[in-house]
Amino acid sequence: MTTTPAAPSTFTPPSRGRLLGSIYAGNSRAVLGRGLLATRTSNYWIILSGFFEPVFYLLSLGIGLGSLIHGVTTTTGQVVSYQAYIAPALLAVSAMNGAIYDSTWNVFFKMNYAKLYEGMLATSIGPFDVALGEIAFALLRGLLYAIGFMVVMQVFGLNLAWTALLALPAVLLIAFGFASLGMAVTSYMKTFQQMDWINFVMLPMFIFSATFYPITVYPQAIQYIIEVLPLWHGVELVRGLTTGSLSWGLLWHVLYFAVMITIGLIFTTKRLKALFLN
Amino acid sequence: MRAFRGNPAGQSSGLGSYPVPQAVITASSLTKKYKDFVAVDGISFEVAPGESFGLLGPNGAGKSTTMRMVGAVSTRTSGDLSILGLDPNDHGPEIRSQLGVVPQQDNLDQELRVRDNLIVYGRYFGIPARQVARRADELLEFAQLTDRAKSRVDDLSGGMKRRLTIARALVNDPRILLLDEPTTGLDPQARHILWDRLFRLKEQGTTLVLTTHYMDEAEQLCDRIVVVDKGAIMAEGSPAALIKQYSTREVVEVRFGSDRNAQVATQLDGIGERSEVLPDRILIYSDNGEAALTRIVERGLSPMTSLVRRSSLEDVFLRLTGRSLIE
Amino acid sequence: MTTAVERDAIIAAGSKPRRWGSFYVAEHRIRSMRAYLQTLVVTSFGNPLVYLFGLGVGLARLVPTEIGHATYLEFVAPALLASAAVTVAAEECTYPVLMGFKWNPIFYAMNAAPISGTQIVNGLVLAVGVRMLPTVGIYFVFMLLFGAVPSALGVLGILIAVFTGMSVGLLIMAYTSTIVEDRGQMALIQRFGIMPMFLFSGTFFPITQLPVYLQWIGWISPLWHGTQLGRDASYGQSEPVWLIAVHIAYPLALGAFGWWSTARTVTRRLNA
Repeated sequence: MTTTPAAPSTFTPPSRGRLLGSIYAGNSRAVLGRGLLATRTSNYWIILSGFFEPVFYLLSLGIGLGSLIHGVTTTTGQVVSYQAYIAPALLAVSAMNGAIYDSTWNVFFKMNYAKLYEGMLATSIGPFDVALGEIAFALLRGLLYAIGFMVVMQVFGLNLAWTALLALPAVLLIAFGFASLGMAVTSYMKTFQQMDWINFVMLPMFIFSATFYPITVYPQAIQYIIEVLPLWHGVELVRGLTTGSLSWGLLWHVLYFAVMITIGLIFTTKRLKALFLN
Repeated sequence: MRAFRGNPAGQSSGLGSYPVPQAVITASSLTKKYKDFVAVDGISFEVAPGESFGLLGPNGAGKSTTMRMVGAVSTRTSGDLSILGLDPNDHGPEIRSQLGVVPQQDNLDQELRVRDNLIVYGRYFGIPARQVARRADELLEFAQLTDRAKSRVDDLSGGMKRRLTIARALVNDPRILLLDEPTTGLDPQARHILWDRLFRLKEQGTTLVLTTHYMDEAEQLCDRIVVVDKGAIMAEGSPAALIKQYSTREVVEVRFGSDRNAQVATQLDGIGERSEVLPDRILIYSDNGEAALTRIVERGLSPMTSLVRRSSLEDVFLRLTGRSLIE
Repeated sequence: MTTAVERDAIIAAGSKPRRWGSFYVAEHRIRSMRAYLQTLVVTSFGNPLVYLFGLGVGLARLVPTEIGHATYLEFVAPALLASAAVTVAAEECTYPVLMGFKWNPIFYAMNAAPISGTQIVNGLVLAVGVRMLPTVGIYFVFMLLFGAVPSALGVLGILIAVFTGMSVGLLIMAYTSTIVEDRGQMALIQRFGIMPMFLFSGTFFPITQLPVYLQWIGWISPLWHGTQLGRDASYGQSEPVWLIAVHIAYPLALGAFGWWSTARTVTRRLNA
């Protein structure tokens, strides 16, 4: 015989920080926990593939092309091997790719097809909890990939200074920036066709942002355009740290991402609120 | 307005010393506009604690929009709305922490197993992990899904998914359960299992608010119904009272073939209290259906098929709007 | 009972789908591509521009010497052309196949109409070809504009690229047609198949630059064979005749196997 549960509720609803009003319940942990639990049913090879992507690039271009190219001059005038030149860029790119994938395609699917957020927001959770929790999950995964790739770099002798360790928090910063902005952009998307526009922006950014060669090969005007793009800042920041050529200029890149994160979070939360609580 | 039932036991925890109001939901002149389209047009109703309240109407009547406003996930355009004495505009998360929501389309977490769906959902309310695990097992039992605890959501049947959604909505032990078309798309057997579960909740004093366009569902589950059409309330009362007020005891359905119905209808004057001519059949309303059918045959009209049945809410709706509920 | 006349009429009604069924399927596919026509147009023009400008022109500044008898741009261009075809083929041979069986099971509907499993496959293959041709053609025009094609024979590169793409696509289709449940296999094809193929098929450098333990990827990759053929045509890279024969025979064999295998799988699934 089945019994009807009639347990009186013994929990009290969590109190919320008044700062963010009805958009934040201080419970983004529950959203993060959900993400972690969901990985159990996912395909482990797919999760692993995120680690292999930059390694494939490093093996191919680093070794194959590296044998044709003898030394590249970085922004600070240091001459490094081609492998040491592209490795930090690949690290930054993989941070971007992971964050963008998680915050665009994954979010798009959860929003429009799985109706996941609709379910979450019918509870006492607010849109800011959802945004923070989802981004935290993306960052956690990104951190694991980054650690893996840093180990590969160490094995190949591509971490040229101890400051390379600082590349880990830098990668998190980059991923945070792309994830928050990516989620904001995705919230405006209605169809898969519109989602393709994200790729149109990503591809040239990937190729042109001093990933495989210095931007000095281009005329000054094009260089200015590249310097506005977030990936260039990410690449320069990580490269500065792994090659050990530090300067105060690196702080500009940090500031760039801080602004990007703030804008992204504000827009994401606003949009989630408009989409699900209106 | 009917007398409210007393506040059932086990419903007073949750928000501390805050006074439980007479009505758990009070809406007055509740309106929702999307640009030029008025989805809900100034409706007013109250729901008492422990009551089972239904919104009956065709697709597009504004039922789901009303439910979303009551669920504190849709901001009203004008009017007043109070849920458990709180205004959803100011206290969305507090109100939602006291509600269980079963949406029209299942939005279960496909990436989680059955039991994990309940646990994770409970965590969204901030329920401690140990407590929510115990609650999940109770609810699996209640939803008759204990042996499917480790299944993928994808592998459940439609009826099982629906039961899981209802179990999920109960994870926070809600004061009010909102069900938006709970059995649409289910086969008859699955519907009966579901009704049984909902009936148990009702017996135990949970306040149910449900929308439906199925008359039998409303008749089975609801103490009181409002009939909505085009965003407005057309009638209100218990299923039996509505039928009594707006229809006769019985109905005769006769078919003369689609091209003859309209022409024959003119020859049926005086039989029954009134009649409705539909494209495929004629309905004749009378307290004594058999007698009415006999008179039709006496007039020399021989219908291809005939059926005498009890009046239902479908007839009430037809009377009120001149249209069928479904389609 | 059907009379002989009726019987003849029924047989006659079946003759058209028997003969043209594959084309009906191809027409259906091409029509449904209209949904993402905008994307197709933008990528068809955008990708060659980005890749040729970025990798051909930009990266070339770092590679000081000529490779073989070619500049770096001339060297990478045929490889990028073949890769573009492979990318398109990989896309068109994954999602539409899974779609037809699972998400929007149109294959069953086609099969309920008088279209056979083999015709469905032929139609898909035909549509993939039609989809590749303009993409590759536009790419080639950009190559000309960038001055990346020294020889007139280079125009053969269009056919070579389509041939290469088809070979990879058919092989992928042989696999995707067997997928019953979507567990992310398509992402895996992309990340462990297409991407390493792109990186290790001598696209950006001769595969001889790689250590032996990485060179084998090129040898088994249809993309490498296609790329080498393209270079033979584009700037007369000198290769022995037997090797050129291998470059043609190997992708051909893979493609033929893929086609046969897909047709068999699809027929079995539809008639199961």
